[in-house]
Amino acid sequence: MEEREKIKALKKKIFITAYKAGAAHLASSFSVIDMLYVLYCKGIVRYEPGNPWNEERDRVILSKGHACLALYVILNEIGMISDDELMSFCQPGSHLGGEPKMEAAPGIEASTGSLGHGLSFGVGIAIACKMNHYNNKIYVILGDGECQEGSVWEAAMSAANFGLDNLVVIIDDNRLQAMDSVEAIMSIDSWSDKWEAFGFETIEIDGHNLKEIENALVTKPGNGKPKLIISHTIKGHGVSFMEEVPIWHFRMPNKEELEIVKAELGILDEELKG
Amino acid sequence: MRNTYLNALYELAKKDEEVVSLVADNGLIVYDDFRRDFPERYFNFGISEGNMITAAAGMASCGKIPFVYTISAFLAYRAYEFLRDDVCFQNQNVKIVGIGSGLTYSTLGPSHHTTEDIGLLRSLPNLTVFSPSTRAEVKWIMEETYKMKGPVYIRLSNNSEEYYKEDAEFVIGQPAVVRAGNSVIIMVTGALVNEVMEAAERLESDGIYAEVVSVHTLKPLDTKKIAEMIAKAGSLVVVEEHNVIGGLYSAIAEVMAMEKIMVPNLAIGLQDVFAVDYGQLKDVRAANGLDSTTIYEKIKLFFDSI
Repeated sequence: MEEREKIKALKKKIFITAYKAGAAHLASSFSVIDMLYVLYCKGIVRYEPGNPWNEERDRVILSKGHACLALYVILNEIGMISDDELMSFCQPGSHLGGEPKMEAAPGIEASTGSLGHGLSFGVGIAIACKMNHYNNKIYVILGDGECQEGSVWEAAMSAANFGLDNLVVIIDDNRLQAMDSVEAIMSIDSWSDKWEAFGFETIEIDGHNLKEIENALVTKPGNGKPKLIISHTIKGHGVSFMEEVPIWHFRMPNKEELEIVKAELGILDEELKG
Repeated sequence: MRNTYLNALYELAKKDEEVVSLVADNGLIVYDDFRRDFPERYFNFGISEGNMITAAAGMASCGKIPFVYTISAFLAYRAYEFLRDDVCFQNQNVKIVGIGSGLTYSTLGPSHHTTEDIGLLRSLPNLTVFSPSTRAEVKWIMEETYKMKGPVYIRLSNNSEEYYKEDAEFVIGQPAVVRAGNSVIIMVTGALVNEVMEAAERLESDGIYAEVVSVHTLKPLDTKKIAEMIAKAGSLVVVEEHNVIGGLYSAIAEVMAMEKIMVPNLAIGLQDVFAVDYGQLKDVRAANGLDSTTIYEKIKLFFDSI
């Protein structure tokens, strides 16, 4: 299957899972799924399927925890989460809630949900891995709105100070937050300038161009600096009426909208049953 | 107390290379030995307590045993959500050591006091909360803290008096008897034990023989043992450098309700106010009714009324 088709199938799975649960942060999941696909399905993140908690594994911390359905679907894709587990999303008795819970499944490295925590957690892991002389990478995925949290900048300062060149921070820069555009709510000039000033080596990419994502992830930062990838994305990517519309931060489609989703993601009626 | 903690930490670091030390721009000079001998295990996070707490959780998730150290007000208040979500909810093996608890920073006022922290910290699931009164308790608490796998908070204050004999034994959750007596039981936590001991001496000259116990563990509490101690004494006084709402008095009241015992009781602490005034610790305690004279007078009045 062509890669865009594969990603469309992942989005379809995200939607069906969310539909059965009755709620999910769909638009955020759609903006970050391409990045997660490249991380896990293009050989970037190193993990052992038979030994998923290997201490020297790479770690992905989804600090913007509300997009966790995208992570669950990718972990399902690589066999870390079973189909039954995935379909239990947000149901009574499930390990998989609407925000990630540490160790609920292999690949879920941190309990996130309250924004502005994941980078500090990643800093701690990156320090510990350096102390142990591991040759692994720690990936932390932030939202651009999340960067309004002051704790992100405490963590950024410390990442550079401790020379954490094993740390890769990714901003899913979809330019929207819950109520409006990030620009309208808390305007900033340039993420790149700010992170560079905090001691990061920064790269800006089109976050829906798989080759650009891959190139950015494999580029080695110089001078012992942590790396920042600003991944320009479209919130709600792949569903026309959700794209770049703030209200889709946490909402499910009505009957008419559902028909559009079905047509655009190729979902059959029977796939939404049960 | 602080030096006892630092000596114990140094010994643990010598014994176990997973022990690491995190500070937030605090501990100049006193951390010199640790920094000199274990520089690769010493991390100064600067003035960013939330980041430090969560980074400690990350380190613990990789098998490190972080001891996080700074002024307790900035740990318990500033970093509370980080402590809750990343250390306690994720049940990470992080040891948090707050210095200058209660009114210790007596010249600096309420921004540097911790007089509501017991309520906040006791209500965090998975967190063990210690509040030592003397150096002997600190030494024992450090041994227990290292043995436990899970989050621990140690509420340090200033006290150089030692009331225990060298062979004193302590049990987690059980208040330790600092002074024997049979007229009334006085429960206290932290360095305020000094004022309480002075008050107890004066009460004795009035024929009131107060038993003084140090509640060195604020969570978990051995409810049966505490209920037994209270029932045996027949009347209870709780003294704390803390708001009486959510502090030691509240914790002991919970025990009494759970264990279905009721005895005449008195709460001496901050009555839902921030502490007033500045000066030496003695002065600020006196300004807030927590000096030995006021404690003595209140207990005398209470005892005479029952």
